[in-house]
Amino acid sequence: MKEGGVRNVRLAKSWIIAAKDFKTYRKKRNIIYSLAVVPLIVAVLIPAAVSYGGHKGGANGIPATELVILLPAFLFFYVILAAYLPTPIASYTIVGEKVEKSLEPLLATPTTDSEILLGKGIAAFIPPLAAVWGGATVFMILMDLTTHNTLGYYYFPNWSAAALLFTLVPLAALLSVQVNVIVSSRINDVRTSQQIGALTVLPLAGLYLAGELGIIDLGSTSTFLIVIAAFLVVDVLLFFVSRATFRREEILTKWK
Amino acid sequence: MERSYLNLIPHQRSNLIETQNLTRKFGDLIAVDDLTLSVKEGEVFGFLGPNGAGKTTTVRMLCCLISKTSGEARIAGYDVGKDADSLKIRKLIGLVPDNVGLYEDLSAYDNLDFYGKLYDCTEAQRKENIQRFLTMLGLWEKRDVMAGTFSKGMKQKLAIARALIHEPKLLFMDEPTANLDPESAKTVRDFILELKKEKRTIFLNTHNLDEAQRICDRIGILSTKLIATGTPQELEGALSSGGGTRATVVLLQEQATDAVLAGLRQLPTVGNVTAEGNKLAIALNDPEKQNAAVIEAIIKAGGHIQSVTIVGASLEDVYLKLVNEGGGS
Repeated sequence: MKEGGVRNVRLAKSWIIAAKDFKTYRKKRNIIYSLAVVPLIVAVLIPAAVSYGGHKGGANGIPATELVILLPAFLFFYVILAAYLPTPIASYTIVGEKVEKSLEPLLATPTTDSEILLGKGIAAFIPPLAAVWGGATVFMILMDLTTHNTLGYYYFPNWSAAALLFTLVPLAALLSVQVNVIVSSRINDVRTSQQIGALTVLPLAGLYLAGELGIIDLGSTSTFLIVIAAFLVVDVLLFFVSRATFRREEILTKWK
Repeated sequence: MERSYLNLIPHQRSNLIETQNLTRKFGDLIAVDDLTLSVKEGEVFGFLGPNGAGKTTTVRMLCCLISKTSGEARIAGYDVGKDADSLKIRKLIGLVPDNVGLYEDLSAYDNLDFYGKLYDCTEAQRKENIQRFLTMLGLWEKRDVMAGTFSKGMKQKLAIARALIHEPKLLFMDEPTANLDPESAKTVRDFILELKKEKRTIFLNTHNLDEAQRICDRIGILSTKLIATGTPQELEGALSSGGGTRATVVLLQEQATDAVLAGLRQLPTVGNVTAEGNKLAIALNDPEKQNAAVIEAIIKAGGHIQSVTIVGASLEDVYLKLVNEGGGS
């Protein structure tokens, strides 16, 4: 049974579903911890390491020439986090409903498959995105405070950080949400689903390593645009796959 | 609220559910075969059948959750399987699935409020209906308690309230008392009887024969194919007329006389009559209707009645006979 083309999606319905999930998350400690703790740990630990690093042999901290290379690289951790953080939520929001058998009554309401999928997507996308942006903001403030004396200026915010946080971070989060939707359709256990879904970080970690090893130059505008375009294409393709996976007929007759 | 749903119905029809040769296959497996039935507005229709008979598949097709392989089905005049009609159908119906599927981390109130929103109920309607149904089901005091902490019976009641939150024209219930303890099952059955008094149309999947007999106006017996439909009395009668064992047993104060036996045998509706001392066994098609004439004939022939009991084919007999035969009337 196919219904509810993407064009006919009523956002209000999707928002009701997302708002219900937000309410549920507040009761799930593991979700709250994963959202709040991990970005904050990165935000505090890296500036602390930078502050205490580079003092060996009487050196006066990490030199400015190295800091300007390290700081954008550190910020890239938040792109990896953007791919990781939706995993527990997306797994919970779909596999959780499968386990609780709550999808059938939900599917029996006058909402389309696309509206439900979008609602689940919003529920899995917004909290991690907010957590990454929040963590990145704390990170940039602490890093500025740590490095101001060495650099003589506040490194953050800057245009490349903004480009990273407002393009690659949402695209990475979207990628993760969609991979998790697809994985969730075949898995009946939240933890297994999370473990498989977490593999989404691998291409981003690879991208990071390629940048560090000098294979690609993420600082170059053209390379950055190619990466963005590649993510966009993959996200669009995955959207169609997840849309095909999330059909009531499939859910009720084929989902394990 | 009722008015808004009536506006959705294109033509007022007496049949709220109509199916014609409805079939669903899963690969080579035929889950529902050539199902033709109708359910009238205000009727409680019981769908009886063993596990795997196709009851849940039928409900899922009628609720526009899965597609049909062939045949036709209409709910309130809307075509099941037609994309444009499926949302309208789902707005008219409520579903209590075989698994309650509640949000266990949400309170009873929040569970119902969420569904009320999805059905476009206003805040005032939601508040009113949540209070009304939770009170009716004895859960109002527990409205702020997480659904996950509820007993099975309480969860089932909450699932029923959820299906009713938008005042549906038609309620589908898929084995609502299965796996419940006797007390909880009784509460749920009593509530269904309350809904019946309100003239709601209910399509009840069950394999509890007693429940079907007590609650349903009509019953359909399904074993992939629809084997029989009728009121519980009609189904019992059908078995009796087909060589069944339905009868009235009359205990007399004295030995049965030839005059009494002759008087009874003169009645056109009476089948075989046997006498054993003061006990008479009289085969009848419809004892409830025909007993008055039987009693009158006995008294007229000079007999003195001690007691009258109806014995014989129950719905269980009918069900087992038809399902085991895998076909029938």
